[in-house]
Amino acid sequence: MIAEIGLAALWLAAALALLQLVLAFTGLKGNKPDLLAAVRPAAVAQGVLTAIAFIALVTLFLRSDMSVLLVATNSHSAKPWLYKFAGTWGNHEGSMLLWVTVMGVAGAAVALFERALRRDTHMATLGGQAAISLGFYAFLLFSSNPFARLAPAPADGQGLNPLLQDPGLAFHPPTLYIGYVGLSVAFSFAIGALLTRQVDAAFARAMRPWVLAAWVMLTLGITAGSYWAYYELGWGGWWFWDPVENASLMPWLAATALLHSVTVLATRDALRAWTVMLAVVAFSMSMVGTFLVRSGILTSVHAFAVDPERGSFILGLLALYIGGALALFGWRIGAVREGAPFELVSRETMLVINNLLLTVILGLVLIGTLYPLMTEAFGHKVSVGAPYFDRIAGPIALALMIAMAVGPLVRWRRDDGRVVTKRLVIPFLIALSLSAWLSVLAWGRIGILPFLGLVIAGAVGVASLAPLWKRNLRRTPLFTYGMVIAHLGCAVSLGGMASDSAFTVEKLVAARPGDMIQTAGWQLRFVQIQPIAGDNWTALQADMEVRRGGRPVMIHPQSRFFASPPTTTSEAALLTRWNGQLYVVLGEEVEGGRWQLRIWWKPFVTLIWLGGILIALGGFLALLGRERRGWLMKWRARAATA
Amino acid sequence: MKAKHQRLILALAALVALIGAGLLAASALKDEAAYFYAPGDVKTKGVEPGKPIRLGGMVVKGSLKRAPDGVTITFDVTDGKATVPATFSGIAPDLFKEGSGVVAEGSFDTKGTFVATNLLAKHDERYMPRELEGMSYNETTREIEVDQ
Repeated sequence: MIAEIGLAALWLAAALALLQLVLAFTGLKGNKPDLLAAVRPAAVAQGVLTAIAFIALVTLFLRSDMSVLLVATNSHSAKPWLYKFAGTWGNHEGSMLLWVTVMGVAGAAVALFERALRRDTHMATLGGQAAISLGFYAFLLFSSNPFARLAPAPADGQGLNPLLQDPGLAFHPPTLYIGYVGLSVAFSFAIGALLTRQVDAAFARAMRPWVLAAWVMLTLGITAGSYWAYYELGWGGWWFWDPVENASLMPWLAATALLHSVTVLATRDALRAWTVMLAVVAFSMSMVGTFLVRSGILTSVHAFAVDPERGSFILGLLALYIGGALALFGWRIGAVREGAPFELVSRETMLVINNLLLTVILGLVLIGTLYPLMTEAFGHKVSVGAPYFDRIAGPIALALMIAMAVGPLVRWRRDDGRVVTKRLVIPFLIALSLSAWLSVLAWGRIGILPFLGLVIAGAVGVASLAPLWKRNLRRTPLFTYGMVIAHLGCAVSLGGMASDSAFTVEKLVAARPGDMIQTAGWQLRFVQIQPIAGDNWTALQADMEVRRGGRPVMIHPQSRFFASPPTTTSEAALLTRWNGQLYVVLGEEVEGGRWQLRIWWKPFVTLIWLGGILIALGGFLALLGRERRGWLMKWRARAATA
Repeated sequence: MKAKHQRLILALAALVALIGAGLLAASALKDEAAYFYAPGDVKTKGVEPGKPIRLGGMVVKGSLKRAPDGVTITFDVTDGKATVPATFSGIAPDLFKEGSGVVAEGSFDTKGTFVATNLLAKHDERYMPRELEGMSYNETTREIEVDQ
């Protein structure tokens, strides 16, 4: 029954999306207010219906209803409830339903809460959102129905991939998807603005909070995913340039560029066409990512199932929407008036540099990710890996960091080059002294990129605080704090990355219980190996007493065995200190009663994710600051008329 | 600055950035993208020592040996056309075993042994490294079968 309710809700939502599309465009064309009046309720109802469908699927998973095919193939009744719940989106159909739900709810939010946008553009935006949703409803209903029944129902399910049985699954995919799919709103805004020819500052001010919100969630989702991969895979790495990681990075790069260019458009009414283009590109990257992940066309741990039919379906949608948006762009952009001009030394120029560098990185990551596909079409099997991405993205990212430090210190419209140079003296001196110090400390022991990374992180960290210099901190607007914190977060994160690759100490041993291991100032006493049991797994656990001066602490790396599906995973033991993390992985038993142990001491590695959280926090504060200013102004206006 | 000039400068900057990016990508891809090798490719094309590559194939039955230090293993990788000796220090993935597919990241040393820094095996029973699609190990003949 619940499955049928969910399916019916999906069909209804799809029908409403079609209705919304037709109403919006016939209403706008014939200028019929009565038709347009129905657009917003349709969008809201669609959001409610997708939420119902999603809740229905969650309920089926929580109840372990094995008569539903998806539950039977991906769940197991002996699983802890958290993984039954999160397992809802740990598979292809469920994750596509989550995608569609986020899209429906985002559309409803635009219908309910968007007040700043001109009415006709608002309607066209909702029409655009309906048009995109429609394709994904079709994809879900025709090729990925999550509610399909299975008869006869099996006694129990096949279980969830143990790598996914982690609290990370409850947090990472939903935040990532809210960000990913939230960008569809920016796409629809761009479509709306092109249709009504309203590409101006007011449009940018209306679009900005939506872009910010999606970007904050995307940042959190990527940060969470990176930490999850770091501790779950047991490889000690935090970014692998896996195609699926790239698939989330590319929309983030585009959204970051969009976030900055939309600010130029909102404050100075410049970069009109470019901003609209970026809004199209950002969500296009989300769709490309979904295509790469869901078609299973690339090697990846995230590719659940390889199904060529689904791949071609998404490819079709991709071509339709990106092609359609670009065609609309080409057709209408000539009608968009020239934006306001600006001087060479100005905040605008710095933001253009930011946008260019971000776009270049985006392009290079895209080429690297798609290159294997292109060559395979000609019969060569090629894979592009970390050496390529590190080599091209690293240097440009460092240049971008420098631009990020300089940008906020330059005034809008025009500034004096000499004055700007003066403002940069202190960060420059810091960079110089840091390089001198590092050269003495570790010359020849660390690579050029980590070296530059550490120096730039220090200098940029200080420079990012400079916009607060000599300001009345209490009267500084919240969004300025947001920018400062987000930029500081980038420096903090870079510092963590550089420190990890420059100073990590690794030790690999085979040890017997009772042995003492020494590495990087740590003493690890291997106490014993013991079997333990969890909810749906059994494990061999190493008990280790570790100390670095001070009092000893017990840590417990495990090797876990799951029965359904039969898989072994290793659970790394992490010990976090203010200045880094001790990371211990238990391997297999080898002759002589010895156990393999892989031990890392990673100085300041946690800064990577702390920086990610700071970036998201900065975005959140900026969003709050802008919105609060809007509320205050409205409230004052109302008080004045009363 | 006149609006027209500005648009021109912006377009030029974008063009320069684009061309620069393209050249960068092309040169980097030329060096790095010839990245995946099967043992047969190693024999025909040759790989210089120290160049980071991915080596993919099947682990030959009976070739897997463990060094006395307990953490180093040696094994042979084959694609049916050629066989390459490999060594790895570390914790091998659980699904890494003889007769099964592996993609190893690392480089060749001067003696022609592949020194792997990372082994990618199947994550679960349903997952197969894409580079190895179409290869399977025949238990009875102990040979690699490659469908083309």
